[in-house]
Amino acid sequence: MKQIRNFSIIAHIDHGKSTLADRMIQATGLVETRDFRDQLLDNMDIERERGITIKSQAITLPYVDREGREFALNLIDTPGHVDFSYEVSRALASCEGVLLLVDAAQGVEAQTMANLFAAMEHDLEIIPVINKIDLPSADVESVKEQIEMDLGLDSETAILCSAKEGTGVDDVLEAIVNRLPPPLGSEEDPLKALIFDAHYDPFRGTIVSCRIFSGHVRPGDTIRLMFNNATYRVEEVGIFHLSREPRKTLSAGEVGYIISGIKTVSDTRIGDTVTLADNPAPEPLPGFKEVKPVVFASIYPVASDEYRSLVEALEKYKLNDAALIFQKDSSAALGLGFRCGFLGLLHLEIVQERLEREFDQSLIMTAPTVQYRFELTNGDHITVDNPLYYPDPATISKAFEPFIRASIMIPERYMGAVMELCLERRGTNSKFHYPSPGRIEIQFDMPLAEVIYDFYDKLKTVTQGYGSFDYELLDYRESDLVKLDILLNGEKVDALCQIVHRDGARARALQACKRLKEEIPRHMFKIAIQGAIGGTIIARSTVNAFRKDVTAKCYGGDITRKRKLLEKQKKGKKRMKMVGSVTVPQSAFVAVLKSDNN
Amino acid sequence: MLPGLYVHVPFCDSKCPYCGFYSIPSKTPVAGWLKGLEKEIFHTKNRFERFDTLYLGGGTPSMLSDRDLERILSLIFDHYPLTPDAEITLEANPCQVTLAKADFIRSLGVNRINLGVQSFDDRVLKFLGRRHSSQRAEDAVRHLRSAGFQNIGLDLIYGFKAQPMKAWMTTLKKALSFEPEHLSCYQLTLEKGTVFKRRSQKNNSIILPEKTAAAHFLATSAFLENKGYVHYEVSNFALNKSLESRHNRKYWRHIPYLGLGPSAHSFDGKQRWWNVRSVREYCKALNENRLPVEGNETLTKEQLHLESLALGVRTRHGVDTTILPPASGNALFMLQRQGLLKIKRGHAIPTRRGYLMADHLPLWLSP
Ligand SMILES: Nc1nc2c(ncn2[C@@H]2O[C@H](COP(=O)(O)OP(=O)(O)O)[C@@H](O)[C@H]2O)c(=O)[nH]1
Ligand code: SF4
Ligand SMILES: [Mg+2]
Repeated sequence: MKQIRNFSIIAHIDHGKSTLADRMIQATGLVETRDFRDQLLDNMDIERERGITIKSQAITLPYVDREGREFALNLIDTPGHVDFSYEVSRALASCEGVLLLVDAAQGVEAQTMANLFAAMEHDLEIIPVINKIDLPSADVESVKEQIEMDLGLDSETAILCSAKEGTGVDDVLEAIVNRLPPPLGSEEDPLKALIFDAHYDPFRGTIVSCRIFSGHVRPGDTIRLMFNNATYRVEEVGIFHLSREPRKTLSAGEVGYIISGIKTVSDTRIGDTVTLADNPAPEPLPGFKEVKPVVFASIYPVASDEYRSLVEALEKYKLNDAALIFQKDSSAALGLGFRCGFLGLLHLEIVQERLEREFDQSLIMTAPTVQYRFELTNGDHITVDNPLYYPDPATISKAFEPFIRASIMIPERYMGAVMELCLERRGTNSKFHYPSPGRIEIQFDMPLAEVIYDFYDKLKTVTQGYGSFDYELLDYRESDLVKLDILLNGEKVDALCQIVHRDGARARALQACKRLKEEIPRHMFKIAIQGAIGGTIIARSTVNAFRKDVTAKCYGGDITRKRKLLEKQKKGKKRMKMVGSVTVPQSAFVAVLKSDNN
Repeated sequence: MLPGLYVHVPFCDSKCPYCGFYSIPSKTPVAGWLKGLEKEIFHTKNRFERFDTLYLGGGTPSMLSDRDLERILSLIFDHYPLTPDAEITLEANPCQVTLAKADFIRSLGVNRINLGVQSFDDRVLKFLGRRHSSQRAEDAVRHLRSAGFQNIGLDLIYGFKAQPMKAWMTTLKKALSFEPEHLSCYQLTLEKGTVFKRRSQKNNSIILPEKTAAAHFLATSAFLENKGYVHYEVSNFALNKSLESRHNRKYWRHIPYLGLGPSAHSFDGKQRWWNVRSVREYCKALNENRLPVEGNETLTKEQLHLESLALGVRTRHGVDTTILPPASGNALFMLQRQGLLKIKRGHAIPTRRGYLMADHLPLWLSP
């Protein structure tokens, strides 16, 4: 009987998780070398393009160790960016141990620590791995010191490897089988399977990925989803090799999938427990913490008759991304749509892009915002995550906005630039730590609203890519807020308004007018763009009318050229929205927040 | 309607700094080109049954010797059936149009001349890099008239800083004094790879600002229509409907045409193909008994439709409203209200201001 090890690799972004996963897949012979492509587990197009992992992925590696024992190693690759910590914690709930990967040149970073704490919370066994030892700038000794001092782990147990060149990968595999505990849980007990992921397949219904904690499940069984007691007959169970591989049974300790013709999308909840109808478990597994979105934005279909299809797409999408929350919303300018909550800006971008690519939706997304609180003169307290519902200023007695503690880790030389950036973003209460010589950790209290858009990009620019950033939510603090309206040809466009701090209102208004001027194409009439607070105009810009758009000659060869240009322009137009008589490109709704030089 | 036949004569005395057509400033390769043309004619003669237009364009067909011109026309007459009333046009440069040349061209059966006057202002002609004087252009028109041509078209260029409105009007009035049957007034465009384009990228000194260019366009149209010309295409005017260029109309109405010579385009109603843009490669291909075709495309229904829109809104003929998608109703209404289109005889017809937006109109009207 094969033994099982369930593990995950956690690391700061770019420290080499995906590469190490690739090497282990190759080392265990799961794929022929000739079929191999890099970043094998990042199989979404968007992951490959951006070079990041967004979704956790499970795969079962067959492994024979140095003593000839057979193992099934279940690897769950996890994302590294802060926005996806939630995915990480779901993956961890299905594991007994983790490889904690640290870049030998970069050392311990903010996300390394955050991930370590998550692993500790799940009581997991931790194997430190120092990667990229082939780099000339690798400094194994100082990384070992950081592991010891910052992480409190025994650096003598760290494994040295180069995922790129393959050195040390065998040691990593041996450590997994020798140092990680086998899964507990008995096959004799009633079935408890934790759903850690799901996706919708048009032919087979919902396919759930799960970790079996006890009992077993076979085709023909009737399963029960414990949160709503819906029952389904199991059609197929199996494990993940490079694709799904059917098995006769999934038993305690294993990681795999269940297909049972679940067509009602909303029946499947990530974190739910699956049990058997005729021999149910007395209570479900703990499940996952509810995620709290911190960034909000509305999405609308570009064409209003595509609202139905957006509803369906969102429901199916949600199966695969439990962190997204949404509810119905409507705007005078954009019609029916959804107010969505996201874990962060990257999450927001990814959701938009996946909806467009995987579900063929053409979307407009409004500028993201945080959740504000207001105390009204009549004593009521309200929460507002949509500028549309900003209360009548006369009724507001106090306004509050969420603050975060930002932790930024950088080489010392960038300190000045980073301080400046943080102060510009209303940072206060700074603190400094020196985790190791030459490196500094800066902490600031900052309004969340100041970091949701381009803070991370800005930070990367001023630190030439050497800055790492993490944050935790602190509390709500009183703040002087106003609502900034944007008007196009005198008409307020609700989907473009923002809640901003009074001191920054004029700068924001100017910036929004400037961005919109760049984004809105010329029309046959002049377009006045104005920013206003209350009835007072505080910024303006103009898109001039265009008077002539015709080429003088159109003979033989010109015709093909002209058509090709039109085809291109038509594609672009599909991404535009009529607001009153003005055609506004999809991108403009988010661009109002973008600052200069990006 | 019957197909049209086009022959591209890719030679000029020198290259004008604004010109994007394929031509080379040398006469040396004429003999080789002619041999190639002969072969191309031989290979393509059965492609279409009959033509009702022939257009010798370029380049500068008038710079060919009498012998070469005669040879080309007899080759064509021998191998391609043309209707008895066919429109036969030759593009001429004032430099070469003597009375004798005009007489000779007339004797070959050419019944329509397109004369590359460009301007009747010597300073402007110099700026445009043209090799003739205004006097030479005037003489050329007179010679053509004396030779008996009753369908003369003059090509003029405007819309650039070196020619303010007043100077342009002087040229236009001069042109009208010859009572030409046809006028092509092209707003100067910066074509890819031209001297003007490069110069303009440096200091933007050539083209009028958009607003002024639009004003020149509208004024030109109003002026000529007031003098009795029909503004039947963005850049083309005819004294009456029957004098519109029958050949060029084929390009704008998706009627088939066969193009011979380097860089010439052909279209059979569905497929479009084009020849290589090089005399050398053209001759080489034909010497090896290959067609000198460089590329082709087969148009889908959607593409044909999009082109019909794009071409339709450039002519007074307009776009048959039955081909417009049902959802374009709003757009039609808006465009009428803005005075860019009129609906007449079941066609959406561009107004003078509509012409100015012709590149943009299809975007509003297409599905
Ligand atoms: N030199 C070197 N580069 C590596 C090594 N491992 C990964 N990389 C590179 O580091 C970058 C990030 O790797 P990736 O696996 O995508 O990191 P992830 O974000 O943690 O998944 C890629 O350019 C890899 O090629 C290594 O051992 N040595
Ligand atoms: S404008 Fe006419 S004469 Fe001048 S280079 Fe072009 S084809 Fe030749
Ligand atoms: Mg990765």
